[in-house]
Amino acid sequence: MSAPDAATPPEGIGAFLRDAFSNRSFLIGAVITMLIAAMALLSFVWTPYDVTDLVVASRMQTPSAEHWLGTDHFGRDILSMIMVGARNSIAVAVVAVGIGVAIGVPLGCWAAARGGWIDEVLMRFNDLVFAFPALLSAIMITAIFGPGAVNAIIAIGIFNIPVFARVARAGALSIWPREYVLAARAAGKGPTLITIEHILPNIASILLVQGTIQFALGILAETGLSYLGLGAQPPMPSWGRMLFDAQTRMMVAPHLALFPGMAIVITVLGLNLLGDGLRDLLDPKLRRRR
Amino acid sequence: MTVFLLKRILIGLVTLALASMVVFAIMELLPGDPARLMLGMNATAESVSALRTQMGLDDPIHLRYLNWVGGMLVGDFGRSFTYSAPVIGLIAERAVVSLPLALIALVLSTIIAIPVGIFAAARRGRAGDTVSMGAAQIGVAVPNFWFALMLVYVFAVWLQLVPAGGFPGWGGGIWPGLRALILPAVALALPQAAILARVTRSAMLEVLGEDYIRTARAKGMPRRHVLWRHALRNAMIPVLTIMGLQFAFLLAGTIIIENVFYLPGLGRLVFQAITQRDLIVVEGVVMLLVASVIVINLLVDLCYALVDPRLRAAR
Repeated sequence: MSAPDAATPPEGIGAFLRDAFSNRSFLIGAVITMLIAAMALLSFVWTPYDVTDLVVASRMQTPSAEHWLGTDHFGRDILSMIMVGARNSIAVAVVAVGIGVAIGVPLGCWAAARGGWIDEVLMRFNDLVFAFPALLSAIMITAIFGPGAVNAIIAIGIFNIPVFARVARAGALSIWPREYVLAARAAGKGPTLITIEHILPNIASILLVQGTIQFALGILAETGLSYLGLGAQPPMPSWGRMLFDAQTRMMVAPHLALFPGMAIVITVLGLNLLGDGLRDLLDPKLRRRR
Repeated sequence: MTVFLLKRILIGLVTLALASMVVFAIMELLPGDPARLMLGMNATAESVSALRTQMGLDDPIHLRYLNWVGGMLVGDFGRSFTYSAPVIGLIAERAVVSLPLALIALVLSTIIAIPVGIFAAARRGRAGDTVSMGAAQIGVAVPNFWFALMLVYVFAVWLQLVPAGGFPGWGGGIWPGLRALILPAVALALPQAAILARVTRSAMLEVLGEDYIRTARAKGMPRRHVLWRHALRNAMIPVLTIMGLQFAFLLAGTIIIENVFYLPGLGRLVFQAITQRDLIVVEGVVMLLVASVIVINLLVDLCYALVDPRLRAAR
């Protein structure tokens, strides 16, 4: 028995697609996200200019036909740097979400399945992680273990663990009292099998929505860390680093700060819209209310 | 109610104790000998070991932990070697920048977000709702340090209304200090306001669908009265929860914002201390921030009871 439940709308895939195309948030969010992802992928094979090319003669140019978004203080093409920077931000955020899901979801499901003191200990552990302002701890971790993309991933990933644990636990707790779970238990299935066969498919949609939100937060966190010099290291371009370099040159070349910032805003906006749209589409209760 | 609060206080204390162990353990794992760092590379082995003994670094680990925690309980956070000053003094000196900054930002974000959220909920689906929630959606996506840079460009470089950075201190009166904090506070507040407005709107929508709201309207109560008195009060719980979480976020956000504006606050203190390996300062500031997060969450729990009389009776 697979899960005939709230997670998938009963009308079938055709109706789902029709809903998806009439949901403005979802549509705009999905288009923006795909464009940014395509830009990042394209940067592996092609960028307008090589980001390692330092052409001092053409430094800090304003946008022009040759350099659509201008050049930075080393004469590097800003559009090319933003494209390569996208790849960096996305990679960090994706892996950080992966860490959160891979560790947090099993923990949350375990807490929900076992209850009792295991649940209590896990939730207190969650409180402990939440008591540390995430950004502060991320700064500590990257500063202690050394700046770099990998340590930024770990620092951001650690804070995704309790988020997913909490969401998975709450979702699982609401599924456990259902009748089909009871039937599965009566049929002699153990907690692990029930979790895999019945709980996970039913909480997949809320995890997907949370994943989108954490992805957006991860990108914001990565840019913050690399702005402080704790993320990806030069010469690897990163959006946060570009903003840091732009800061001291604000007087003469404000466009240096404008474009990387807009790249961040558009990316995060796209992901948030996608998350909102997904939530509307996947949660029938919310759908009725709107 | 009392049981509920006692349980929350107990959990808070346990969390704080665990947090202190985590912070202590991380600092222990770090490479580098504080005594050698203090004395410099040219110090003799004897003088380093003498200082280690004097600082208690050779004591067993549990003794050092207890000494550290015991010291903090009586307000002794140790001594910074880069500033050659007691950590508690440094914290006090910097808190007069960070605390007003975080508070102004919290007040700003609240007075923007709650009316906007109520306005959007009251006009659900109409132009006012779409525009304000569209703006909020963008606000959530803006990194505060980038917004800060844009504010500096417009208001400090271009219009020259406020200083681009630095802090004159409170010695010359309130106004020069406030002027230096305006842009940082706005930069911190905007993304928070966007989040809070969205939460307020959805909490209000939830409440506005309830029967008692319809009853209140049906018996002829004015719309404004229903919105602000009945609906808002019932929508306050999720809003308060987010505000509690946001205060922690604002305190941490000061780390980046203070770096943008070169403000001598707690955030900049801890950031510089981390890069200079002045661990005793890092430990002190982190513990203080963690403690304040826990206290704020306790206060939020208390506010639940004030807002919702049912909780007062029930638990």
